[in-house]
Amino acid sequence: MADVVVEQGRLARVASPHRKGANLRNVLGRKSTVAFFLTLPLILLIFLLVLYPAFYSLYLATLNKAMTKFVGLGNFTFLFKRETFWMVVKQSCIFAVTAVIFKALIGFIVAHFVHNIPGKKQRKWRGMLLVPWVIPPAMSTLAWLWLFDPSYSAFNYTLSFFGVGPIPWLGNTFWARFSIILVNVWYGAPFFLIMYLAALKSVPDQLYEAAAIDGANWWQRIWFITLPMMRNIIAITTLFSLIVTFANFDIVRILTSGGPLDTTHLFATWAFQVGIQSSDIPLGACVSLFMVPILAVAAIFILRDVSKRGNEA
Amino acid sequence: MSRKKLTRRQFVAATAMSSAALITAPYVRGAYAAGKLSIGFWDHWVPGANDASTALVKEWADKEKVEVSIDYITSNNKKIELTAAAEAQAKSGHDILQMPSWWPHAYSENLEPLNDVMEPLIKQNGEVNGTVKYLGQSGGKWLAVPATPGSQIKGPCSRIDLMKKYAGIDVQEMYPAGSPPKADNWTMETFLKAAEACQKGGFPFGIGLGETTDSVDTAGAIFQSFGAELVNAKGDVTVKTDAVRQALEFYKRLIAVLPADAPSWDDASNNKWLISGRGAMILNPPSAWAVAKRDAPQVAEQCWTHGFPAGPKGRFAPFLPYFWGVWSFGKNKEAAKSLLVYLSSPAAIEKFVAASGGYDLPAYANMTTLKTWAEVGPPKGTLYHYPNPYNHQTLSIAASPAPPKIAQQIYFQATLTKMALRFAQGEKMDTALAWAEGECEGFMRT
Repeated sequence: MADVVVEQGRLARVASPHRKGANLRNVLGRKSTVAFFLTLPLILLIFLLVLYPAFYSLYLATLNKAMTKFVGLGNFTFLFKRETFWMVVKQSCIFAVTAVIFKALIGFIVAHFVHNIPGKKQRKWRGMLLVPWVIPPAMSTLAWLWLFDPSYSAFNYTLSFFGVGPIPWLGNTFWARFSIILVNVWYGAPFFLIMYLAALKSVPDQLYEAAAIDGANWWQRIWFITLPMMRNIIAITTLFSLIVTFANFDIVRILTSGGPLDTTHLFATWAFQVGIQSSDIPLGACVSLFMVPILAVAAIFILRDVSKRGNEA
Repeated sequence: MSRKKLTRRQFVAATAMSSAALITAPYVRGAYAAGKLSIGFWDHWVPGANDASTALVKEWADKEKVEVSIDYITSNNKKIELTAAAEAQAKSGHDILQMPSWWPHAYSENLEPLNDVMEPLIKQNGEVNGTVKYLGQSGGKWLAVPATPGSQIKGPCSRIDLMKKYAGIDVQEMYPAGSPPKADNWTMETFLKAAEACQKGGFPFGIGLGETTDSVDTAGAIFQSFGAELVNAKGDVTVKTDAVRQALEFYKRLIAVLPADAPSWDDASNNKWLISGRGAMILNPPSAWAVAKRDAPQVAEQCWTHGFPAGPKGRFAPFLPYFWGVWSFGKNKEAAKSLLVYLSSPAAIEKFVAASGGYDLPAYANMTTLKTWAEVGPPKGTLYHYPNPYNHQTLSIAASPAPPKIAQQIYFQATLTKMALRFAQGEKMDTALAWAEGECEGFMRT
């Protein structure tokens, strides 16, 4: 067989124009080549809109404020000494972790409710529950801003009938943090809902039937069947949501602009304030880059766990 | 079929003629002989005000044979700042870009010096105030030309009826339309007493304590009236001074009578506060009054715009000028300069002021008594004292006189309001001062 191949190769070398055409056809005909060309537009887009800006911001982060001198890691060491920076780190963690926990919890509970609704009605509920997720967040957050508004707050107006309030929704640290997390949970929970619903549908009914025969109660079915079967989806959804929530900008920017007293700033909003509003682009780039190591650590842990379980399976 | 053959001589002659025609073409005075000019103007919030800009630019373009294109860029969510940052970074963009107060200094290296424009304009329109010089000049070089559209004083806009009823102050008598102010007793103490009385009456003053410009500008004027500077003109940190302590003590008493959610206010909140009829005074340009004219006429006819109260070190009012800058990498700088001269002529300024219903303020001394401010109403004369016609108060900007690149940080990080709020919310004076000192030291980065 090897001889034939060699022979074919020798023959092909003699008739080189034909060989070239045939090779090109072979290369183009390969599934991997077709796949590469099909993904090429996306690769180019990612390069232009993600990789290039990412490397450019790395470069910017090494410049001085006037962007005339290379300062190495000077901006990073400067940030480490700023009280506000550590406050932003703490707040970003509080915001992202709290919001993701509540989104996951609400998504999980509501997914179960929706899963138990029969056929046609379930479609309607699914559609309705997805509404917050499909409205552009900048637009829906503006509606929330009106609900929290100091002069015209619909919430305070309603609460006044019960003798409660007025609550400074965005003017007090606790309430302001509560409000931005609430809006983020409202916006993001449907994503968890739909992912969990898909995962629930893929759990074989036989497992529940077997558990029922064994006398497992509701909690045991959740703990020993549903959750283990959904583990990978939960991990990936949590990671994805953690990244998006950590990098949130619009909700905080519209509702509080980081106030009161910077107590609701996240990395993105503070980076904007420092970089654009205060004309310190290198420091702004530096602040935004701090998200990378934090999210990378989270990604490594979560994805390692997912692949481990994949191998076990 | 005969075919005419082109000789080499004919080819050379034809090429030479077409080249000559192409080279000389731009010098033939055609429709757009003086080239193209691209302009980025601030998108005015007053309906119809952009039309005045467009009409003036068109008049000039027709006369000068320049093809112009105008983009109106909103200031919402810092779109102008983003545009300026992007254009400065890319070294490409509009020829003229209208920029907010601090941006000429922020991009001083990228702006064309405009002394040849400003010096004749000052001769023609009168001297510009100190804030315009502070923000628009660097080392004797004019970085940009003060723009009339968008420039504003954020003085008190009071409710005539409520101030009379609860504070016993007749603001119309204090600042009579058509004549000089009689405001010797209008001091920070009187202001505070009035704020307390109106709060007791159920109509608190609507002063923000947030991080947006209205809150910061108010704090700036109050601090300056006590002589309180966080960083002085030389760039030294001067936070721990008696003047700053006095200003903080004053602010603490003021904050006690402001609405509870004032720390979350943005630049729209005070407007809404006045228009909703819930407050006796806000510190704002006449935009709130203009909206009230449309949405709450009964409120509008009780509004009176007037001067700031005086503190121990003088009477200061926040002034926020916009500027027109010409990028040094612009392609048609001469045309840009010519247009800026045209837009700064007395006739053009008058048109800008009229189109904005009196909101826009020229920076020049001879241009503060235009008929628009005397005539608009109701009530008639409500804006008479808005442009500071008697130089009754010093027009200033928060964080000045610190070197502008440091002051910009103090301004946009809202260090003044944050420090006042920290102290008012129970932080010790020394802790609040130490915090502000640390912040200011961080702003010294170059």
